[in-house]
Parts: sequence; structure tokens; C-alpha cells
Amino acid sequence: MTEFDSGPGQTGQQHPDWLWRTPDPKRSYDVIVVGAGGHGLATAYYLAKNHGITNVAVLERGWLAGGNMARNTTIIRSNYLWDESAAIYEHALKLWEGLPAELDYDFLFSQRGVMNLAHTLQDVRDSMRRVHANRLNGVDSEWLTPEEVQKACPILNISPDVRYPVLGATWQPRAGIAKHDHVAWAFARRADELGVDLIQGCEVTGFLRDGDKVVGVETTRGSIRAGSVALAAAGHSSVLAETLGLPLPVQSHPLQALVSELLEPIHPTVVMSNHVHVYVSQAHKGELVMGAGVDSYNSYGQRGSVHVIEQQMAAAVELFPLFARAHVLRTWAGIVDVSPDASPIIGRTPFENLYINCGWGTGGFKATPAVGWVLAHTIATGEPHPLNAPFGLERFTTGALIDEHGAAAVAH
Amino acid sequence: MLLISCPWCGEREEPEFGYGGQAHVAYPADPEALDDEQWAQYLFFRANPKGPFAERWVHSSGCRRWFNAVRDTVTNEFVSIYRPGELP
Amino acid sequence: MTRLPSGGRIDRNEALTFTLDGVQYTGFRGDTLASAMVAEDALVVAPSIYRGRPRGILTADVTEPNALVQVGEVLPATVVELVDGLKARTLSGIGRLELESDGATYDKKFVHVDVLIVGAGPAGLAAALAASAGGARVLLVDDQPEPGGDLLADTQPLDGGPAAEWAAAVHAQLADRPEVRLLSRSSVFGYYDQNYLLVLERRTDHLATTETNGISRQRVWHVRARRVVLATGARERPLVFENNDRPGIMLASAVRTYLNRYAAVPGQRAVVATTDDSAYQVALDLLAAGITVEAVIDSRSQPPADLMAQVSAAGVEVVPGSVVCGTTGSSETHRLAAVQVCEFAEDGNDGRSGSGDSGFGERSFEADLLAVCGGWSPDVHLFSQSRGSLRWDDAAAGFLPAAAVQAVRCAGSANGVTDLAGCLADGAAAGIEAAALVGRPVAESVVALPEPGRRRPDGARVAPRPVWLTPSRNGLPNDWTEHFVDLHRDATVADVWRATEAGMRSMEHIKRYTTIGTGHDQGATSGVNAAGVVAVALGHGSTSSPGDLGTTTFRAPSIPVSFAALAGRDVGRLHDSARVTPIHPWHVAAGALFEDVGHWKRPWYFPQPGEDLKTAVLRECRAARTGVAVMDATTLGKIEIVGSDAGEFLNRIYTNAFAGLAVGSARYGLMCTADGMVLDDGVTMRLAPDRFYLSTTTGGAAKILDWLEEWHQTEWPQLDVAFTSVTEQWATIAVVGPRSREVIARLAPAIDVTNEAFGFMTFRETELAGAVEGVPARIARISFSGELAYEINVASWYGLAVWEAVMAAGADFGITPYGTETMHVLRAEKGFPIVGQDTDGTVTPYDLGMAWIVSKKKDFVGKRSLRRPDSVRPDRKHLVGLLPIDPTELLPEGAQLVAEGTDLDSLTGQLPVPMVGHVTSSYHSAALERTFALALIKGGRDRMGEIVLAPLGDRIIAATITSPVFYDQEGARRDG
Repeated sequence: MTEFDSGPGQTGQQHPDWLWRTPDPKRSYDVIVVGAGGHGLATAYYLAKNHGITNVAVLERGWLAGGNMARNTTIIRSNYLWDESAAIYEHALKLWEGLPAELDYDFLFSQRGVMNLAHTLQDVRDSMRRVHANRLNGVDSEWLTPEEVQKACPILNISPDVRYPVLGATWQPRAGIAKHDHVAWAFARRADELGVDLIQGCEVTGFLRDGDKVVGVETTRGSIRAGSVALAAAGHSSVLAETLGLPLPVQSHPLQALVSELLEPIHPTVVMSNHVHVYVSQAHKGELVMGAGVDSYNSYGQRGSVHVIEQQMAAAVELFPLFARAHVLRTWAGIVDVSPDASPIIGRTPFENLYINCGWGTGGFKATPAVGWVLAHTIATGEPHPLNAPFGLERFTTGALIDEHGAAAVAH
Repeated sequence: MLLISCPWCGEREEPEFGYGGQAHVAYPADPEALDDEQWAQYLFFRANPKGPFAERWVHSSGCRRWFNAVRDTVTNEFVSIYRPGELP
Repeated sequence: MTRLPSGGRIDRNEALTFTLDGVQYTGFRGDTLASAMVAEDALVVAPSIYRGRPRGILTADVTEPNALVQVGEVLPATVVELVDGLKARTLSGIGRLELESDGATYDKKFVHVDVLIVGAGPAGLAAALAASAGGARVLLVDDQPEPGGDLLADTQPLDGGPAAEWAAAVHAQLADRPEVRLLSRSSVFGYYDQNYLLVLERRTDHLATTETNGISRQRVWHVRARRVVLATGARERPLVFENNDRPGIMLASAVRTYLNRYAAVPGQRAVVATTDDSAYQVALDLLAAGITVEAVIDSRSQPPADLMAQVSAAGVEVVPGSVVCGTTGSSETHRLAAVQVCEFAEDGNDGRSGSGDSGFGERSFEADLLAVCGGWSPDVHLFSQSRGSLRWDDAAAGFLPAAAVQAVRCAGSANGVTDLAGCLADGAAAGIEAAALVGRPVAESVVALPEPGRRRPDGARVAPRPVWLTPSRNGLPNDWTEHFVDLHRDATVADVWRATEAGMRSMEHIKRYTTIGTGHDQGATSGVNAAGVVAVALGHGSTSSPGDLGTTTFRAPSIPVSFAALAGRDVGRLHDSARVTPIHPWHVAAGALFEDVGHWKRPWYFPQPGEDLKTAVLRECRAARTGVAVMDATTLGKIEIVGSDAGEFLNRIYTNAFAGLAVGSARYGLMCTADGMVLDDGVTMRLAPDRFYLSTTTGGAAKILDWLEEWHQTEWPQLDVAFTSVTEQWATIAVVGPRSREVIARLAPAIDVTNEAFGFMTFRETELAGAVEGVPARIARISFSGELAYEINVASWYGLAVWEAVMAAGADFGITPYGTETMHVLRAEKGFPIVGQDTDGTVTPYDLGMAWIVSKKKDFVGKRSLRRPDSVRPDRKHLVGLLPIDPTELLPEGAQLVAEGTDLDSLTGQLPVPMVGHVTSSYHSAALERTFALALIKGGRDRMGEIVLAPLGDRIIAATITSPVFYDQEGARRDG
């Protein structure tokens, strides 16, 4: 690891002296990735590193990693129910474990464990089902009794007298959090170093086509030709695909989150409760980071409705009475693109040389390295990687959904 | 928090309403006549525009009636609200 | 003694003692904690967050970045009203959660107003006077204990008297208007779509504890306003120079507030450093208070002649075209000791000048107080939250509101107005405009505005000259580690330089790299300065300004708001209201344990002394299979479906047919999503040709009512059918077991209960006898256990009485109450699935082995999905039974299953292990005298007799795949 020296500021986190260039776009690239979020940046990095494809541009309409990558609650875990989901998220988690060294960047990856609370008998059944499935899928997973829950997180209220008592929890010790911005910068720095052009302030407005083949993109900085184009712009991908007459089965919704003021360490892990819709961790700096449920309506407005926050606060104070006098310092919303089965869409499209990665809903951040890995593979070889093969668009026609909405699944 | 004008009850706060996604997607007259791809389009594929969007709401905690609205998905402003069978 | 002998808006008759960092001090009623600290010469607070540098109070308002205190929560000392006995601890930027239980209550209010006015300073008061003059409903919100805003710290007369008195008089006048409501100690913190604003009202913290009884501590007001006037004022900016963080360096406006409003003296020997005219009045006020002013340092080479003349007349030197370039401090008190001054060159903002040695910082003034004015930023937080756009204005050297998107306008200094008369006029204009727009017009002549006691000559004002970063004798900006940009985050000019040198170009990246703007004040004191520094760093040259970087979007909340306030009353018992049946008190008295199902509390089992779940359930099951048992089934969702097309409608919703169901009969039905997956199930009775009574699962009631309404209203409005939830109207009691017929016969003697007269899946309307004589009841022969069973439906208010009557009627048979667990066991013994337990949204009717219920003749919702390629895969998971090889082994619910012969040693190596399914339900059976389970297993119906393994980590349970019907396969028991 490099010893970063951030100077006397020591603002809690240290960064390298050099991150990336600010190049002008070239006339053509082998691969164009649309969207410089975590997924786009990881894709560019693995295209270069795993496949030797370095004539790559990542085009970003705003600032790098300024969309959902800047707005998520940084939770990383792989304890998903279905085999297909567990496989791709676990691949991500294994990559996460090596990335700080590989990317030579301390992005504060902290495997402090993630706890998913069960509040009803059916929650318990569903949780046990997931624990057993996780273990056989090679995902570390345990069941905690309420007493063990409190041992792992002493500030949780496990009293049987609350409205929805904690009946136990699933526990993934290897899960945790990482500093989202810095993850993106870590990928960006290495991608840039390997020759990838990261081009910010360059909005893709359409495609260059040759029949059913995509041969480039139109942008606010002119048209750029490309051997392959990959869409990794969350819900905006569906707006772009629409220009090709290609509908995508995703809907964009606000997902709100908030932080408290800086507090002395009180919350050692990550707690999620689907039943009462709250999840919370404490970041390295000291702020509580919390998320709520998805707002009901479609929106690209990056803001949600306040009653969702109020419900979340009520749930938080119920579970953590100590939080009553913590303060909300800042709220914001990301725009999550939700697919019908709450699972992502990664793979080829009916258009030759056009690849799609969307529909991640609330799961996008934790999957970042795996998305880069499999999307780069799909672009480089023209064939999906075994890990993303089940996540193709065609599943909506055959009916082979991977329904992570279901009773046994956990959002976020 | 959106302020939604129910065509029967008038302006009410968002928590009284349920959301129904894209409007004007009719149940196919003869589902059995559709191939798998056409059926999948009906089941799963909905517009996701950035801008005006014709969508459905139901006044769940009020009159329980469904209605349609055109709302801008960037500004959240309602362009029009209309009853089923009416035009925007 | 640093309290002035007179003046200020404190009550000197009421002395209050308080403790700060363990030291006892005294202040007065009317003080803030910060003003009392200033008056007690205790303005040095805890060291800074990362660098451990001495810090002091910088501001007099909510934007304070340094003086955070722990007072049961984390608050800036500047907003804590002093109360007797207050205990506070200063914080190095990080607080602590220490109240195990909050103990206070929090409320919410929901109001609609014509005009919401934010801020009761001069502009806000003028706006309120004007807006309400025509009878409009006006809400005026202000964060201070008394109205007036900056007028409370103004020494100049207004309307011929003290400015604060004018404010109080206006307030009194407004209070007399019936449609006006005034909220003090209240902050608007959120501005949402369609003019929805949230206000935090602080109600008790300023009171003695004896006075707070019965009052909620805080209230969040939810306000829907037709028009909004934002008279939120402007915020003074600090200056970025070397060692700009010492205690004793304070915003000029804060100095003035402490001095004039609180009679608290922050220093004895002052220097004023300014980029704008406003700080001259501070110098004059200091002089008037008898404090030495060493110099006024003005960045402008041509300071305002009128003001310069006034301070010069008092013997104070004005140093034009100069800036403070460094400070020294006392090693003993850590307070400011001296101020170094240098010239600020014409191209001073290019980040390079002044780094030479010659003549740099030669002038030095001894001072323990440095009042700084880096210019003014209109407080546009709420305006930006409302999606209004901002623009940089060079003349004002600040971001001003540009285009409004919602029904809002800014007024006064929030709108860039800089003089009092202008603020009053702008406020009045905003009020008149708002009144007209809400249909309560007001003539301009009605609004009488006061005359400020002093007006400057026309044209006297000199434009501000912002200083984004002050030169240093020490190297170049990348070394400037003591030029603080964000005090809370300890972030400096050097940090900004590192970010830009690392390749960052976007303000958003630089903020994230340096963490500037993410502290407790969310960048309120640092945001614009940081943008100025970044503009210089990015090489925008000597004309650099924050406007080069575009604008920021502000997000709610504009001040920190406690979790508890946002949670309001929705905690504890009111968190999510629990539904209970009319029979609930009986269950409680009988010692039932409860299970949460949806919103309902349902009896789970009724343990007798010494029983655990297993033994209680075995006993309850035995009673149901051998005698008679009774369950409260009231929680099942119940919907009446009425209309001439009701049968046709149900035909389209259910997989099976209902149109032909005979009146007086009942039928089990299954419904699917459009995707073909099982959604809900239940029994429906036909009460009349045009009337059905449909039951849903307990958790599914609301969802299914919505589902029916949606299909009817949006797809088949031509069908004559209507739906009414009657869940709350009916109590339902299931009487189960071989002796249930006798119990029913006693309760309902009017009906012939023989099997021939009252067959399975039929119902009778009757009147009950005995203790519940005359109670109308609908009794159905429905069985979810396979036993002879009846469901008694009565109006819910009879529920408890009828339950008690049932208990009495069955007493001699040993009638046994049972809960959900026994219900689950009984139905599982018969292979009846529970939607949501044996299904998970991925299960079709065929998967459940219920092909018999799927109509081939008619369409129904979801039918088309059942012939997609994935729906007809032979290896779909089927619901089957499992019998553990060891009949005493209980398979855990949720256990995953693998095929016999799977290499389970590979658990430590070869992963993943292929799974074939999982256990959905698993129980001890009294009737079978063994354990059994239901499971979803790939191709399960084609694997009868095969063995599957449940690897549980510490052990493996083997089980045989069987039919899911374990008990009474021939169905002989249902007729008794």
C-alpha cells in the first residue's frame, strides 16, 4: 500500500496525489462505456486489466461518480437468496476483499458484518432459508438469536415489548461498508493509468447505427465511433435505449438516504430491517448513514417525499432508542432503476455491439467490482460470463425471473 | 410530498394515494393469441421517460378510485389529472 | 467582567448559573449559552477536530462551526438558550449519544396557509404586515425567541425609537389579526414540492423543567402554503488567511450581536477586517461600548468616505487596500494576541501574489478581538431547496436568487438588498404581491413603513471587494496549511490545492476530497469561500469568483433536526397501530402468546402451565382431531362483492370458476398475479345471485381489495360490481373437530346440522341460542384442518360473547382454544399450502399440485403466463411432503435440501453445493406421532420415495419425499 500523505489537513481520510487526466474525447474508441459511475469505471478497469482493451472511453454527462455512486449508503454484502444472485454478489465480495491492495487505495473497506433483522415468524422462516442457502452457496451466513443480536450491536432494542420485537437476525460477518466516492476514484485512477479516457461533462444523446449494429454514439461534444458501446447509466440507460426503440423493463424511482452529525463510535456493524424499512451504519468519520424504502413513484428528480424519511426516523428510534437526539444533517435521493424481479439486467441487446447493464435497483454499489468483471467479459468476448448469463433481457420472455422481491429476499 | 388532485375528492397529500405506474397499458383482449414476447411486453415493459409521463394513481385512503395523471418525472409537476376514459 | 454595565436584551434581574466543561458560570435570562460564554470571557472552546487547534466562538447563529456543545444532544452554543442549571461540554466536532431514553414527546401539526413568511427580521415583518392586511391567512416563522432579526442588535433608531421596539410593536399588531399566526423559536428546515414546507418548533428547552409538563418538546409543522416569502436574511462570511482560526476571531456581525443584543463584550482591543461597508458600523458600536479599535482593515483601496470619516473621527485608523495576512496568539490563553496586515494587490485573488518577502506583514496590531467580514451571502438555502436557481452577482459578491420554480419569492437581504430601508420596502412589496396572488389584495398605501434613523448619502456605498485567499509570506498556496477554509472539517487551502493537483476539476469532487462542507454546519460558513478558493486554484485568475464553478443545490434540512422530532408520535405504542380482534381480551386472559401477522396480533398458542410451544401445540392438535377445538379466525380478510356481474368478475380473478356457484354454497379459490404466480387464496360464499362474501389471507386483505378495485376500475369498468371491506364488521370463530357438530347444534338449534342437511362447503344464516340468543350468525361448513368443522360469522360486536358461548357449549367436550401454530400443523397434515409460507411469489398453482383448480375453459389473470417456457419446465419446484427418516428429527423450516449422494464433504471445498429445494413448513404431528414437513423440491412430484438431505452444518437430516397429504388421504373426516 502506498502511504498517502494528505498533508497536515488529515481530514480523516487520505488520498493519492494524482487521480486522473482530463482528456478531450478522441474520434473513436474500441469500447465506449456510457456512464462514469462505479459500474462504468469498474468495467473500463477490467476491460484494460483482464482483457488488454485499453482504447476505451468512459463518457459522463456530469462529474465522475456523481450519480448513484455518490448517493448510496455504501453497504456491501452477498447474502442474497437465489443461487444466481448469491453467485454474482459473492464474486463481488471476493473482489472487494482484494481491491484495496490491487487498486492500491485505502477506500475504507470495513468488513464489520451486516445484520438483517427478523421481526415476525415468517421473517424468521425466510431468514433461515436464506442462511441455509447462503452456506451451501459458499456465502458466510449465520443466524443470531436476539441475545446474540444485542451482543453484536448493543444499542439495538431487543425488548419483546416493542411493536415489532427483534426475533433474531441473519448475520454475514464478511459484509460491511466502503467509502463510495473513494471506490470510484480508485477504479478511475487505475483505469486512467491503464490508458482509459475518462471524459466528464460529455452527455451521450444518441447512437451511431449501421442497421442493427451500433457503431458509436452522439454526444454533446460531437459524435464518437466505437467498436462496442456499453450502457451503464442506471435509469438514464432506458432513456437512451428508447432512442433505438429498445424498451428496457426498468422504472426509475427515488431512494432517499441521510446522514447524522458526527458521533463518537456507537454502532459497530450494519443493521438492516426490511420489515420496518430502515438500514443504518456508522461511517468512519462518525456520521450515522441511513437509508429508507424506495419512493413509490417514478422520478428522475433526485429528491423524494419527506413522509418516507419520517417513517424511517420512527423506525430508527424504535430500534435504537439512543438515536432519538441524533440529528439529521443532510438528506438526499438517488434514482434507482428497478426491474420487475428486482434483479439486474446485464448482457447483450438485440443490437449488435450494444451491451446493457441496468436494473440494479438498490443493489448496485455492492456489486460494483463484479459488474465490471462480467460486463468487461461480455464486451470483450461477445458472450456473457457464466455469472451474468442468467441476468439477460430474455428472461422476461421465458419467465425465468430471479425474483429477489419475494418474501425471502431482502432489499438493499 | 406530492400534492395530488384526486379528480373526485380534490387536492390531497401523497400518503393517501397508491401508485400504479404507466397508464393506458390495456390488458390484452386475447392473451392466448399473444406469443411469449408480446405477453412479456404487456407484463414487464413500461415506459420510463425523463419528462412528462402518463401514469396511474389510486386514492387508496380516500375514495379508492383510480385515475390518470401526466406528471413530469424531473420536476414532479402534474401537467394534468384525468379520470379513466378521459383524455389528458 | 466583560458584560457591559447596561443595555442588551437580557434580564439582569434573573441570573442563571450554568456549567461549561465543569466550570460554573453565570449568565442572564435572555442569553444564549454562547453570549453568556462571551460575557464570562469563556469563548475558547474545545480544540479542533483533527488538528487539535484552539478554537473559539465564531458566529452568533446556527451556522457556528466551532462552538459545538453536548447538552443531552449536539448543538451549537449559539442556539442554546440559557436556562438555570444548564450543563454543557464543548466538543471537538464529534458528539455523543448519551440519552438511553429520550423521555420527551414530539408532535406534528399539519396546516394550510395562504402565505408563509420565513424570518421576522425587518423584511419578514414588513412582508407579514402587508400580506395579512387584506385578511390572508399568514404564518410568520422565526427562529429567535423574539421578533426583529438583525434589528435586535441594531443601535440605530427605527421609527423614532429603538429598532427592537418597532419589531415588538409590529409583532403585537400582527398578533391581533385573527388570520395571522406567529411561530417563534421555530425554523423552517425543508422546502419540498408543491410548496410543502417543514418547520421545527422548539417548545420547552428554554423553560424550567417545572414548566414543561404536558408540553411536547418539539413540534414539526407540515405547512402547505399557497405563497412563500423567504426573508431569511444574509450570512456573513469569514476570511481565509493564515491562522484565521484563533479564538478571538469572530464574524463582525457576531461581534455586533454579542455587544448590542447581549451586552457581552468579546474582546477589549479590536481590529476590524472587512471587504464590505457593513463592518464599519461594528467598529462604531465597539467604540460606543468603550472598546479600543486599533484599526479597520479594508480590502478596498477606496473605502466608503462617509463611514471612513466617522471612524477616523473617533481616532481609528482605516487601512485601505489591505488585508489581514496572519495572526499570533497567546500561548497561555490561546486567544488572539496580534494581527498582521499586508497590502492586497490589484491581482490579489490570483493566488500567487504576496508570496515574496518585501514589506509583507510589516504592520502589526495588538488585538484580542478580530472582527471579520468576508462579505455577505444571502441565505438562499430554502430557495435552492425549492428548486429555485441561483446566480453569482459580482456587484453583491454573493449568490442571489434567480428564477423561482415554485410559488415563492425572496425578500430583503435574502434577495440581495443591503440597507434597512431597502429591506423594509422589499419585504412590504413581497407581502403585497403575495396578498394579491392569494386573492386578498392590499393597497400599497395601507402599508406604512418606518423611517430608519439614519440613511447614508446616495451613492455612498462602495461595492464589496471579496478576498478569496489572502497571501502569505510562506511559500505558495499548496503549502498553506494554516489558511482554514472549513473550520469544522479542519480543511485548508493546501487541501484544496492537493485536490486540484490530483486532477480534480469539479467542485463536487474537491468537496469530497477535502470534506469541505460536510461538517456540522454543512458548509454554511465555508461554502462560498471554498468555491472562491477553488476558482483561484483552478486558475481562473484575478477575476476568480465562486460563480466560475456554477452553483450548488442545497438539500433539506437547512438546520439539523433530531430523529425524534421527525419520528413524532409514531413511536412506541403508536409506531404502527396493532389490530386486535373483539375476542382479543379473552386470549390475553387465557395466557395466549401472540404472533404478528400483517398488522394483527394473532394468538400463536395457548400454553398451559409448564407447557412449551411443542407440548401446547400437540395438545391443541389432539383436541382438534379427537374432540373439539376453537380458533379466532376474525383476522382473515373479508370482502363483500356485489353486483350483477360479480360472478363473472370472480371468474376472471380466480383460477377456478365462480359464476356457477350456487347461492348458499362456498368454494375455495386461488388467485394469481398476471405473471402467473400464486397471489392469495381463500373461501368465497355466494350470499345471493349478485352477492359474494370473499375471504383473503390475514396479511393480504388490503392488498387484495386494491387488486380487485384495480382490475375492475382500470380494465373492466363495464362490469357491474362493487367491493366493500367487511373485515372489521365480522368476527369469525372456527369450531373444529369430531365433536364440533354437537357444539354447533347446541349453539344454533334452529338449523339441522346433519351432514345430509348441512353439507360440506355450504352455509346457513341463523340465529344463535342460549346466552347469545337472537344473535344473527352465518355458519359455514369450511375446514382448513380436514376435520369436521364450522365457521361461525357474527357481527364483530358479538364476537366475544359468541366465543364465550362456544366455549361454554363445548366445555363438557373439553373444547380447546388454539392458535396459528396448531392451525398451521393441522392444515399441513392435510397438505394445504399457506400462501406466503409455502409460496414466495415464484410458485404457480401447478407447482402446488393444484392443477385441479386451474380452469381450462376461461381466461383468468395470470393464465397466459402459465404456458411460458419457464412455467412448463419439468424441473420446476413442486410442493411435496417430507418424512424425516428418523421420525423424531424435526427439519428446520428454511432448511435447504440436496439430492442424496451429494458430496457434502465439499462444504469445506467445492462450492456451491447444488440445491434441489427447501423446507417450507415443518412440525411435530400428534396425529402422525412423528415429525413431517412440506417442501418445494425441483421436479418433486416425479421423485416420490427419493431421499433428500438437509445439511445443517452440525448435522444432516435425511428425509423421504412423499405426497403432501399426510393425514386422512381419503378425506373421510370432514363430514364427521
